Amino acid sequence: MAILLFLAPFAAGLAAFVIKNDRLRRRLLFTVACAHAAFALYLCLFPPGGEDYRWLWFGFDALSRYFTAVFSLLFLCASFYAVIYLKGEKSRPCEKEEDLLFHNAPEAAFTGCLLVFLACMSLLALSRHFGLIWIAMEATTLVSAPLIYFHRQRSSLEATWKYLLICSVGIALALFGNLFLAVSASGQGPGMEISIDSLLGPGVRLDPLWLKAGFIFVLVGYGTKMGLAPMHTWLPDAHSEAPSVASALLSGALLNCAFLAILRFYQLCLANGLGSFCRELFLIFGILSMAVAAVFIIGQSDYKRLLAYSSVEHMGILCFAVAVGTAYGSMLQAANHSFLKGALFICAGNILAGFRSKRIADVRGIAHIMPWAGVLWFTGILAICGMPPFGAFLSEWIILKAAFSAGNLLLPVVYLFLLGVIFIGMTGTGIRMTFGVPSIPEGGKSFLSLFPALILLLLSLFLGIYMPAALEGAVSGAAALLGGEG
Amino acid sequence: MVDGILMLLVLLNLFSLGSTRISASIRVVAYQGAAIGLVPLFLPGKITGGILAAIVLVTLLVKAVILPWFLRYAQKRVNVRREEKPFVGASTSILFGVAALGTAFFISSRLPIPFAVVSPFIVPVALSVSLTGFFIIISRAEALSQVVGYLILENGIYLFGIALLLEQPLLVELGMLLDVFVGIFVMGITVFHISREFEHTDTSRLSGLADWLPEVRRNE
Repeated sequence: MAILLFLAPFAAGLAAFVIKNDRLRRRLLFTVACAHAAFALYLCLFPPGGEDYRWLWFGFDALSRYFTAVFSLLFLCASFYAVIYLKGEKSRPCEKEEDLLFHNAPEAAFTGCLLVFLACMSLLALSRHFGLIWIAMEATTLVSAPLIYFHRQRSSLEATWKYLLICSVGIALALFGNLFLAVSASGQGPGMEISIDSLLGPGVRLDPLWLKAGFIFVLVGYGTKMGLAPMHTWLPDAHSEAPSVASALLSGALLNCAFLAILRFYQLCLANGLGSFCRELFLIFGILSMAVAAVFIIGQSDYKRLLAYSSVEHMGILCFAVAVGTAYGSMLQAANHSFLKGALFICAGNILAGFRSKRIADVRGIAHIMPWAGVLWFTGILAICGMPPFGAFLSEWIILKAAFSAGNLLLPVVYLFLLGVIFIGMTGTGIRMTFGVPSIPEGGKSFLSLFPALILLLLSLFLGIYMPAALEGAVSGAAALLGGEG
Repeated sequence: MVDGILMLLVLLNLFSLGSTRISASIRVVAYQGAAIGLVPLFLPGKITGGILAAIVLVTLLVKAVILPWFLRYAQKRVNVRREEKPFVGASTSILFGVAALGTAFFISSRLPIPFAVVSPFIVPVALSVSLTGFFIIISRAEALSQVVGYLILENGIYLFGIALLLEQPLLVELGMLLDVFVGIFVMGITVFHISREFEHTDTSRLSGLADWLPEVRRNE
């Protein structure tokens, strides 16, 4: 049944390319998103009979259930915004922005790519075979490239090119990682599939040397897609040039999916006693990503790039969490980052529509002229920096606690220092943008286009103050596959 | 026989590094694809008959016919003949190619394959082909050269996979081939757009997006 999560959006995506009627196509997008989210959430919170579902190389374990539910909810909110956004773009045939005239790509292609993108991410979450995971990963790159190049202007084209080339090369390295994995499994006799189930089976020992080499390649390869420093260079360009719907999805959904692909490999390493080797690597990339993000957040002049670097930071935190041994904190943080970053990018889209500039210096006094956008933007910034009572506070707290008990006092100190620097950088910018004398006479958009941002913020608030048993079960179930708390 | 093909691949590597004419690079990539496509025929293998023929045919069709043809078409359409200003010149590139071969041999001596393989040179040659592709991507400025470099990188990985691990599920293998195929097409289409929008395809001049230079970016 769970395979429907892949098939339905895939079919709908193909249909969207040929449907001529705009209203019908938008309705299709939103309906599929609703159905997908409802089904994914149901499977995540109430796994049927506790049984993991298996069919060929597909399966649905606690990790995939959890990640699917998170990106599916985000997709639902993003698609709501997309429908409003596309309506608005249609009535705005050709406008000035950044001194360039530009048109948009056909709406049908954009909607179709959005849906196929959802399908590819579902496929990635459902895959049990490492080759299939790789295929899904490369497919997400290919279908999201047109999303970035929706605005037909030079800067988006440049961002698209960098994204395509850097990520394709990164993913090619991950393919080497997969092949190394196959070599390491070859001692188990011929015909050994490189699927998680057969490799985690009883009595399977992988060649540690090749497995280590494979993990390095996979971490660097998929890490490129995940936005870990120093392979993150495509990320700020792509996130700032894509329309905000696409930025929200790239940042909130796609980065997590890349992380999931790395975690699949990590599962194998854990089972073969290479846990500490992997955690060291996670630690290096995690700290480096947070540090690079901190440097670029301070003094950033473009607010969409600011959000992009904040994503680099959070991907660093996810790795750091696994490195200090709290997969639980990492899972929770992944969900919070998705929801909050989705909300922030949707706000950023509204601000951009009102102020017509991505430069922080051009945006002043949002709260006065676009009160809803101002409130949500500022709250979102505070929340993503880890202010209570939002969920990010809780997960960052859990990670801090784990860092303290990891033995080395330097870890929590560095972690807190970097979080502090980023907090100052982001809230400073947030205050400057939100308050003060407005830089334009009046704002535009209605509340409706901010509604999904409100929902996403509430979701994260909910994660911060109340954890129902079913959700708790889903998070710790996913964490248990990664070695749990220990 | 496999060793002969591998030797040929090494030579093609050096040739691709030494040529700055894009049509020549595309031709080299086509020969390389053909050589790699033929490798499965000489493997003592579990896979024979129709499936083997299918693998060889599909690989040849994709890597030696369709993709080079498409790249050639793209080249004519965006009208670039040669790499005008590569970051690294041809002779230095060839030196790099030799160094890459040495590195690849060194790495593969440290990573022994835990089972019997048809030729001890497969891993080093595959690695050196990939390194060459990697180097071409970073040392060339023309967008199309970078696509060619990506294809060479993929060829190296494919050689590694097909020579060592043919028994992996065929569907997955074909899926990977399809992804590369579509990937090259999407890149090619992006190159068309770049050429139309900027009237050149020199990626070293695609530098409008940066963190610290908002003023320069405005004046572009």
